Amino acid sequence: MIPVMFDYVRVGSLDEAIGALSEHGDEAKLLAGGHSLLPLMKLRLATPSVLVDIGRLSELSYVRDQGDHVAIGALTRHHDVQHDSVAVTQAPLLANVAGRIGDPQVRHRGTIGGSLAHADPASDLPGAVLALGGTLVARGPNGEREIPATQFFEGFLETTLAPDEVLVEIRVPKATAGHSYQKFVRRSQDWAIVGVAVARVGGQVGVSLVNVAATPVRAVAVEEALSSGASAADAAEVAAEGLQPSGDNNATPEFRRHLARVLTRRALVEAGL
Amino acid sequence: MSILGNRVLRKEDQKFLTTGGTYVEDLALEGAVHVVYVRSPMAHARIRSIDPSEALESPGVVAVFTAQDIDLAPMPPGAPFANTTMTRPWLADGVVRFVGDMVAAVVAETREQAVDASELVFVDYEILPPVVDPATAADNETLVHEDAGTNVVMRIPEDFVAAGIMPAEAAQEPADLFDGCEVVIRQRMVNQRVAPCPLEVRASVAKWEDGHLTHWSTTQAPHGVKAGLVEMFDLGAEQVRVIAPDVGGGFGAKIGGYPEELLVPWIARRVGRPTRWVETRSESMMTLGHGRAQIQDAELGGTRDGKLLGYKLSVVQDSGAYPNFGAFLPAMTRLMLTGVYDITKAAFSSCSVATNTNPTVAYRGAGRPEATAAIERMVDIFANEIGMDPAELRRKNLVGKDRFPFTSATGTTYDIGDYEGALDRVLEAAGYAELRAEQRRRRESGDAKQIGIGLSTYVEVTNGIPGSEFGAVEVLADGKARVRTGTSPHGQGHVTAWAMLVADQLGIPVEDVEVIHGDTDEVPRGVGTFGSKSLQSGGVAVYQASEQVVEQAKKLAADLLEANPNDIELDKEHRRFHVAGTPSVTKSWAELVEASGEEGLSAEVDFEAPGPTFPFGAHIVVAEVDTETGQVVIERIVAVDDAGRLMNPLIAEGQVHGGLAQGVAQALMEEMCYDDQGNPVTANLADYAFVSAVELPSFETHQMETPTPINPLGAKGIGESGTIGSTPAVQNAVVDALWHLGVRHVDMPTTPIRVWSAIKEAREAR
Amino acid sequence: MKVAVEVNGVAYERDVEARTLLVFLLRDEIGLTGTNVGCDTTSCGACTVLLDGESVKSCTVLAAQADGRSITTIEGLAKGEELHPMQRAFREHHGLQCGYCTPGMVMAAVSLVAENPDVDERQVREGLEGNLCRCTGYHNIVAAVLDAARSSREGAW
Repeated sequence: MIPVMFDYVRVGSLDEAIGALSEHGDEAKLLAGGHSLLPLMKLRLATPSVLVDIGRLSELSYVRDQGDHVAIGALTRHHDVQHDSVAVTQAPLLANVAGRIGDPQVRHRGTIGGSLAHADPASDLPGAVLALGGTLVARGPNGEREIPATQFFEGFLETTLAPDEVLVEIRVPKATAGHSYQKFVRRSQDWAIVGVAVARVGGQVGVSLVNVAATPVRAVAVEEALSSGASAADAAEVAAEGLQPSGDNNATPEFRRHLARVLTRRALVEAGL
Repeated sequence: MSILGNRVLRKEDQKFLTTGGTYVEDLALEGAVHVVYVRSPMAHARIRSIDPSEALESPGVVAVFTAQDIDLAPMPPGAPFANTTMTRPWLADGVVRFVGDMVAAVVAETREQAVDASELVFVDYEILPPVVDPATAADNETLVHEDAGTNVVMRIPEDFVAAGIMPAEAAQEPADLFDGCEVVIRQRMVNQRVAPCPLEVRASVAKWEDGHLTHWSTTQAPHGVKAGLVEMFDLGAEQVRVIAPDVGGGFGAKIGGYPEELLVPWIARRVGRPTRWVETRSESMMTLGHGRAQIQDAELGGTRDGKLLGYKLSVVQDSGAYPNFGAFLPAMTRLMLTGVYDITKAAFSSCSVATNTNPTVAYRGAGRPEATAAIERMVDIFANEIGMDPAELRRKNLVGKDRFPFTSATGTTYDIGDYEGALDRVLEAAGYAELRAEQRRRRESGDAKQIGIGLSTYVEVTNGIPGSEFGAVEVLADGKARVRTGTSPHGQGHVTAWAMLVADQLGIPVEDVEVIHGDTDEVPRGVGTFGSKSLQSGGVAVYQASEQVVEQAKKLAADLLEANPNDIELDKEHRRFHVAGTPSVTKSWAELVEASGEEGLSAEVDFEAPGPTFPFGAHIVVAEVDTETGQVVIERIVAVDDAGRLMNPLIAEGQVHGGLAQGVAQALMEEMCYDDQGNPVTANLADYAFVSAVELPSFETHQMETPTPINPLGAKGIGESGTIGSTPAVQNAVVDALWHLGVRHVDMPTTPIRVWSAIKEAREAR
Repeated sequence: MKVAVEVNGVAYERDVEARTLLVFLLRDEIGLTGTNVGCDTTSCGACTVLLDGESVKSCTVLAAQADGRSITTIEGLAKGEELHPMQRAFREHHGLQCGYCTPGMVMAAVSLVAENPDVDERQVREGLEGNLCRCTGYHNIVAAVLDAARSSREGAW
């Protein structure tokens, strides 16, 4: 319940944040909404010695129609992604998924950037951004770079962000055609036991799976089957190809593979395929 | 026009809704120190050494205590018949026996400092193999307690016979148990371990002043705690005061004193400072007593046309590392073994075993949900086996309403019941025929989502432990009234209900009746609140005390009005006494109090009911099962419950609602799991599937009222009925949805993986 | 470190550790013990308060993060003797028993209805997915919130 002591720094600008990260390296963690980090710190599973609070950088909270894509500031709260009219109309999968995270109180605080940077394979937004084929924009001491979502998630709680980089923006292509997020849970507020996100971008279908691996994964075999003209039902049959999901109290690896297939089929159908 | 039976809004609510209640954690004591317990991360290990030196150097630390510091007599055994060689030490003494076992107490100026320091107590453990599976614990391959020489805590009937409370012949299984049975079905079932999860965890605060101890506790039984403290510290009764302020739920797990709680007064005395302890939820999940945890082997026999003749249940009860009331639960299971059915031949045996897990205790229903779950499952399997509708099979075997008082095959005498009336009512309320039609339609169409209709008919025992409860009523100088009750409500609404009882007798309105509870200085004696006993013991005491006060008042009024007491009437509406026929000349309560002088107008009653009462009912649950994913959605819960005369239907319904939710939760989602090394796997509210509002529908509750002859109020207990009836109704619904696919049983909780696995296995078996 | 907050319209300044959670600032430092702690995994919602008008779990917010902000707790809901319609509805529908989850439940419900006065039963249940109750089975809570939402639509708030 009581975190280990730490030093707290509230920064007034992105540059200050980057500076603080450069200074403290591994010992520092960014604090945005705190709803990925603080729960771990309260159980003493995370013990950073410095917390760099970027929560007041309001300039990083926005949802913008950028013509061919939607740009979302990393500090945009889940509640805002869920309800923002640009998100709802131009990136409805993202708005939908944001509304499935945790509960209303969590959604009032948690941020899209925090969720993505934390990279828990059971969390919802990474899967959605991956299905959409989004791009993450990071800023560090050497400037800004763009990281495709397919290259962002590296391992369990690991991303390709450098220790002194701050995720500043998430860009997703506009995708207003059918979409779906199938989140299989015991209880409404829980993490997904297995989740499947389907996005239709241009003529392509992006399918990603949540909590079947150390990172969210694209169901490449399903996507390929669909492009070769397979029906939703047939394409979904290969959803578990190559997967070695873990077992836990809620599901065996075999059950996860089964759910991946069933939920993929349902997601494809709901997305109009 | 009696106020009894009315939906009176609660007096308690104002406080809870505006400032929040005053719970033990809310108390700020000047100069208090804080305790954090260092707990074992091993299920079974020898303690080679404990090094508190770094902790002692940690900022703010006042003391670190281990077993050798504790100069107290051993804790009393946790349950009747419990093997006393398995007594729990105050702090682990050389061996830790479950994950969470207390090893040291760290005392510091602030809670933060105590938490920080607790990580600096270094314990060197020598890991021992744990025994985690109760099914094999009695093999005694690995012992939880070396000195005990066995893991067996108690056996029924053996221990009952040895103690002389059961004749040896009654203990024998009838040789003809299944004679005449054309069909005998057998099933192993698990009534899984669950965590009570009151929203408020435990807290304990103690303060000594000139040899007098005040102890604030999150207990359901403050007088019991006081008796324990008097004994522990060898004090006079006037030197101990126990206060249970507002308590945030208990459900049976907060009845008895845990070492965590009782060590706080000891620490307070040792360090000479007021002392506070508040556990974390994770700690509570691991170490607040768990519930249920029975492995059941059942056999039910009868004829092909549906007459049930013989029933046998064998239970292995997981008691945990230090046997507590949990070990005794099978005795309660045995009491209610045959439930609502007229089964004349029955046999019961149980073996309670120790394992390297958290001790089990009473939890909402305490042994009776286990009895109902077992027989209701068996009745459903039997019905399907002989191709009879489960409602009809039940109807054929219910004890008829003209048979009461009815003595069951295990010697339990039920007071009064109308089981067929409850069954009829629930079938009608649920629209049973339409439900079966919908089920048929979906089976024919092969819908991926199937409907299951689960039925349970139950009877349970309330106020099962003999004893009296205290109630006192006093009229005050201003004409208001004050009640002192030995009950200890923690959500049950006694402050309103007892005020209603007084209002009913005295005419003093509910808002002018103060009800005092939970403070051993304010209430001279009491038992507390558990086992759905309060209304029929403490409530009756208050009611009878009210009656006595009215009698006293009438005598006084008679003197003042120069009449015969028999001619005095109390006009309750106007709260005035007058001679019959002369309503204009009256005396008020205030005037009578004044006239009573030193005596006052008050009465105390210790009411002991002549026996327990047996609420009953019938529940139907409609579940939709997604046969592709195993997900179960509860569509409807229809509950008919009869708890005798209802004093306040609003409060009674609330009790049923809460019971239904916990019953559904056990059937559907909750399980307290340990891995095979004895590590708790579901040790916080994120991992433990504590049911939320989304998984439940609104309930359809119907109350029947068949008054009991056992007490003057005609009231039975209601607090546990919802849990007892709903659990098997849910489980039966899930299996019912899948019976046509060849599934005949799914153990609780009926999680998606369990349901899916059952479907898969049945399909592969075909 | 110093933290300045406005709680129920009153300004407070306290000196706390960086790791002090908002719920402990409220309970221990300011003495508003109405808000309760029910878990340690952000699951139960008993600690729910309004932070700048939005429901948050105060156990998962650092006091430092609330610096300069405005907080409403259960103690700040009623207007003197007059109960807020949500409080009144909870009482009328017997939406509380032991009372422990109640402050958090009421604050979450207030925020829910403020954001969507047209809530139906499903939306109320989903809106309260982050608030656990062991006593009531949620039935009466849902009825209370629906009733309060109706009174909100009628302009009574």
